[in-house]
This record gives sequence, C-alpha cells and structure tokens, in this order.
Amino acid sequence: MNFKRLWAIFRARNHEFFRDRAAFGWNFVFPFLIVGGFVIVFGSDSRNQYKVGVFPAQAETVIADMADIPQRFRETQYLQFVGFENQDEGLRRLNHHKVDFLVKAGSPRNEYWVSETSPRGYIVEQLFKLSLVAPEQLTPTERRKIQGVEIRYVDWLFPGILAMNMMFSALYGVGYTVVRYRKNGVLKRLKATPLSAYEYLSAQMLSRIFLLMFTTVIVWFGCDLVFSFRTVGSYFNIFLIFFLGSLSLTSLGLILASRGTSEEFTSGILNFISWPMMFLSEVWFSLEGAPEWIRTISKAFPLTHMLTATRKVMNDGASLADVSTEMGALLLMTTVCLVIGASLFSWNR
Amino acid sequence: MTQLLEVIDLVKTYKTVEAVKGVSFSVAEGSCFGLLGPNGAGKTTTIEVIENVISPTSGTILYKGKPRDASFSEEVGIQFQETTLLAYMSVRETLKTFKNLYEESADLDSLIERCHLEDFQHQYNDRISGGQKQRFLLALALVNQPALLFLDEPSTGLDPQARQNLWQIVQQIKAEGKTIILTTHYMEEAEYLCDEIAIMDDGRLIAQGTPEELIRKHGGEKSISLPGTVLEGKLESLPFQARHQQDRIELLTDDVNSCIQTLIHKEIDLGDLNVNVQNLESVFLNLTGRQLRE
Repeated sequence: MNFKRLWAIFRARNHEFFRDRAAFGWNFVFPFLIVGGFVIVFGSDSRNQYKVGVFPAQAETVIADMADIPQRFRETQYLQFVGFENQDEGLRRLNHHKVDFLVKAGSPRNEYWVSETSPRGYIVEQLFKLSLVAPEQLTPTERRKIQGVEIRYVDWLFPGILAMNMMFSALYGVGYTVVRYRKNGVLKRLKATPLSAYEYLSAQMLSRIFLLMFTTVIVWFGCDLVFSFRTVGSYFNIFLIFFLGSLSLTSLGLILASRGTSEEFTSGILNFISWPMMFLSEVWFSLEGAPEWIRTISKAFPLTHMLTATRKVMNDGASLADVSTEMGALLLMTTVCLVIGASLFSWNR
Repeated sequence: MTQLLEVIDLVKTYKTVEAVKGVSFSVAEGSCFGLLGPNGAGKTTTIEVIENVISPTSGTILYKGKPRDASFSEEVGIQFQETTLLAYMSVRETLKTFKNLYEESADLDSLIERCHLEDFQHQYNDRISGGQKQRFLLALALVNQPALLFLDEPSTGLDPQARQNLWQIVQQIKAEGKTIILTTHYMEEAEYLCDEIAIMDDGRLIAQGTPEELIRKHGGEKSISLPGTVLEGKLESLPFQARHQQDRIELLTDDVNSCIQTLIHKEIDLGDLNVNVQNLESVFLNLTGRQLRE
C-alpha cells in the first residue's frame, strides 16, 4: 500500500464532490427537507389521529356543528372531526378512505357509517359505541403512567433519515461512480499508472466515508439546532456507529462497482438493493409484529444494524457494549463485502 | 542497438474474434517505432496489451530483456487514443494528481512549459480545446519521465499547425534518447518521426523496416504518367514499359531524369506530366490494398 498514491486519489475524489455544487448542496438539503417535512407533519398532535366525518356541517372545522354528537365521543382524544355539507359527500370521502368514520349530526341520533374493510374505521366505531355507555356501567380500571421521558416520533425517525441518506450516498457514490469511470475510460487511464486496485478502492472508500461523515455531522447538528432532537446517549458512540455503518455501506457499494459497465443496469441493481433495504431496515416504521421471515431478511441489511444501534444510543442512552452485537454485524458485513468486492474488481470494460 | 522491448508471438482473442494473430517485433532503445495499419487492423489492441492495460491470450512481452514487472508501469508513459479524466479538476491539478502516482516524476512547471500548457493550466480539464487536450495528454504521459512512451494516434483531429507543434515536442523527446512507440493514420507523421515502422493488417504484421527500406521493398515502381492523347503514335518509339490507366499512360522507369530527357528529345508535350514517386502511402496501398483510414 502506497499512501502517497492513495492520498492523491482520495483528494481528487473529494475535489470532485466538493466542486460539484449541485450534488454537494443536495447532500445537505435533502435530509434537512425530509426531517423538516416530518417535523411539520408529525410534530403536532396530528400523528395517529382518526378522522371522523360529520354532516351536515357548514365548514370543514365543525366544532360549532357538533352539538348533536355524543359528548364523550366529541371529547375523545386523537379524533379529528371534518365537516361535510351532506351525506353524499361524506360517503364519497369514506369510500375513498379520506375519513375513517362518518356520523350524522342531529336526529335520528347516533346514525353512522363505517367501511367494513377499514381497520381504523372499526377502532373508531368501537370508540363511538363505548362513548354511548354510561361510565358507571364500565368495569373499573387503574391507569398508570410509564416512567422516563417520552420519545417523539421525529426523534425515532431522525436517525433513519440520516442513515437512508448515507445509504444512497454510499451506494451511488461508490457503486455508480466507479461504473461510470469504467465506462468512460478513467479507470483504464489509472490502470496504466502504478496505482494498484487495492489503493484505488481504498481511496474511493475512504473518500466516501469522509464525505458521508462530514455531511452527516453537519446535517445532524443543523437539524438539531432547528428541530431540537433529544439525544440521551453519547455523540461519540453515535459517530462510531455511523462510521462503521458507512464503512459497511460503501463496502456493499464496492461489490456493485466491481464489474459493471452499464450505468442503467447498475442503477437498476442499486434500486433493487436500496429500496428493500430502506423499507425493511425500519427507516420509516417499526417491523415489530411483522412476520419472522421479514425480520430475518431485514437482518441481512447493514442499515438495520446501524439504525438499531443508533436508536438504542440516541433514544435509550445505550453504551457501546450494549450495541456490540450490531457493531459486530456491521464489521462482519464490511469484511465480507470488502473481500468479495476487491476480488471481483476489474479495471477494464 | 539494445532492444528495449520485445514482443514474441502475441495473440489476443475476444470470444470468437482474434484481434491479434501472432505478432512479433522488437523496439530498439532510443528509437521511434511506428505501428501503422487501417482501422481494425489490431494495432490499438497490440499496443494496449504491451502497455499492460489488457492481458494477452498468449505470447511473450519482454521489457529490458525480462518479463514486465511492477516497475514497468513506473517507467512507461501512455497517451491513449481517447481518455476521460477525473472531473472537476484543473489541468495543473490533474497533472499533480498523476505525478503523485509515481515514485519519480518530472518538475510540474517545466512539464507545463514544455507542452505549452501555461495559458490554460488552471482550467478544468474538460473545458479545453482539442489541440490543448492533446498537448495536455502528452504532458500526462510524460509526468513520470518515462523511458518508454506510447503515443496512440496523438495528432488525430488536430489542425496542421497544432500537429506541427506536437511533432516538435515529440522530436525533442526523441532527442533526449527516449524510446517511443507511435500509432498513426498520417503517413507524413510516420515518415517524419519514426525510425522504424511495422505495418499491421487483419491482426498480423505484414511488413517491418525503416521507412527507406519499406519504400524500397514495397513502394512499387517509379513512373511518369501523361495523357494518352499526348503519346498517341509515339509509344512504340519509347524505350519504356507502358501501362494504360483509363485516359492516361504510365511509363515505368527507374531513372526519372533520363526518362524526362528522352520525352523532351522526342518533343512530347509535358504540360500534364505526373511523376509517381514511391512513399509510405504507396507502400501501404501496395501491401494492404486499402487506404489507411478504411
């Protein structure tokens, strides 16, 4: 390994990234926009609200028109009431699942409509029926509060957005770029120099990891400044997990980069890998309760382990020892991908 | 003269296509060796196998009498026919990057001055003209002060002035005693720069020698041609073998001066006289039966 050569290619790749203003800017703007969007959508109490259509009503905000709806139903939390002028309009929205439940205000009282195929509609129907039962007829229950600080959905989601950004950047930044270089002859020109494949691939990987960590740190603190995320664990631990994650993801990119010559085909393969990885690695939603085979598949993705570890540290204050399984999995995946990618690599078309 | 490079029975096959079919030649140290051939003759494949960019199917390549090792890439400079370089890098930065890939390298400022890159050294390497790019690629090939320089069609697409400019630089490199392997489409370029020439066709080497040797052996006969009407009724009295070519008659001769003297003596009108000389173009046509660019 000649570090002078490695450094020369590392610098050249970084120049390319920093000077391509559009791509450079997008790497920061994209995660910021996504996080911002989710804070706006899920930051208020709108998350998990059930929508109840009410007719006849004068406006979409129906507070004044709800006098004839059972009071306890009206006061149930997480129900959002939407007004419709007439029954037809309400039914049309219900049919299209724009609302979960439709209730008629006034007489005859307690007349409602619900879609047989809607689980949300079923829940609201049960709430509606329950609101009609007198409290003294209910079996007594005891309510207890959970200990600790509540984790907001955006706090849970935030590392997922960053990890997703890292995944796309790692796979495309290494996989797609090297294929493009092979196709247009850059690799051929480099092969004619003393630069070894090992040095070239190491430089590519290190450059991408540096850029990933650089953008992730800036985006993290930028988003935190604006949206105030709650981080219980150590920032250093999170940094270490992200570093291992980016190492693992760029190694995966290396396999894709090893042989391909068609940008279109590589793009298809990248989509084939990145989309299932995004959906099965709990970026957007938890796989809790999903079939066992789906959860098994999800463990094959480095993103799953990176996210699990990051969330444990960020939300629960886990130590490195607590996430050693995930870090071990990332290290193992990195090693396997590196060996496969390096052994398959070809400079030529 | 010491042989710097020896190519022995080189074969390169792509699936069902045999691009190079057992080529052998050697290149003397300090010489400029030209590889000529029509498109598809296999010369770029041959060159790229020697450069170690692609692997041979069979055959031996010796550099300084030994199989090529890791030091080979340190000692050769390559100008490819077509090259895309790293994006968002200036000419100077690209040269510096490549300089750092070698153990020993040329002084950057001297190299820039030698290849006349001063005016555009800070421009991005994809925003320079064709002539500038060729000089830049040559500088890139010289960045490690190579003992052996490969130039694959270095002047293709250049205007006559830019080509002359490039030839001067190559002549200077030659004068320093460096060995050059050149492929080209331009006969005058090969004649001007090369000490030895090999002609390839259909994956095989069909002739090799100095330009003078090739012309002497394969250049065909010297001749003088005149319109058929001028020689009407006089051909029988002339001591030359004649060949009819459409509306002209070609008189074959080894001594052009004496032939012209005879024609003057016979009071033949020489107003539309053509002297067909032997040159590399005629060598090429005689050997391959094709134009160089076909």
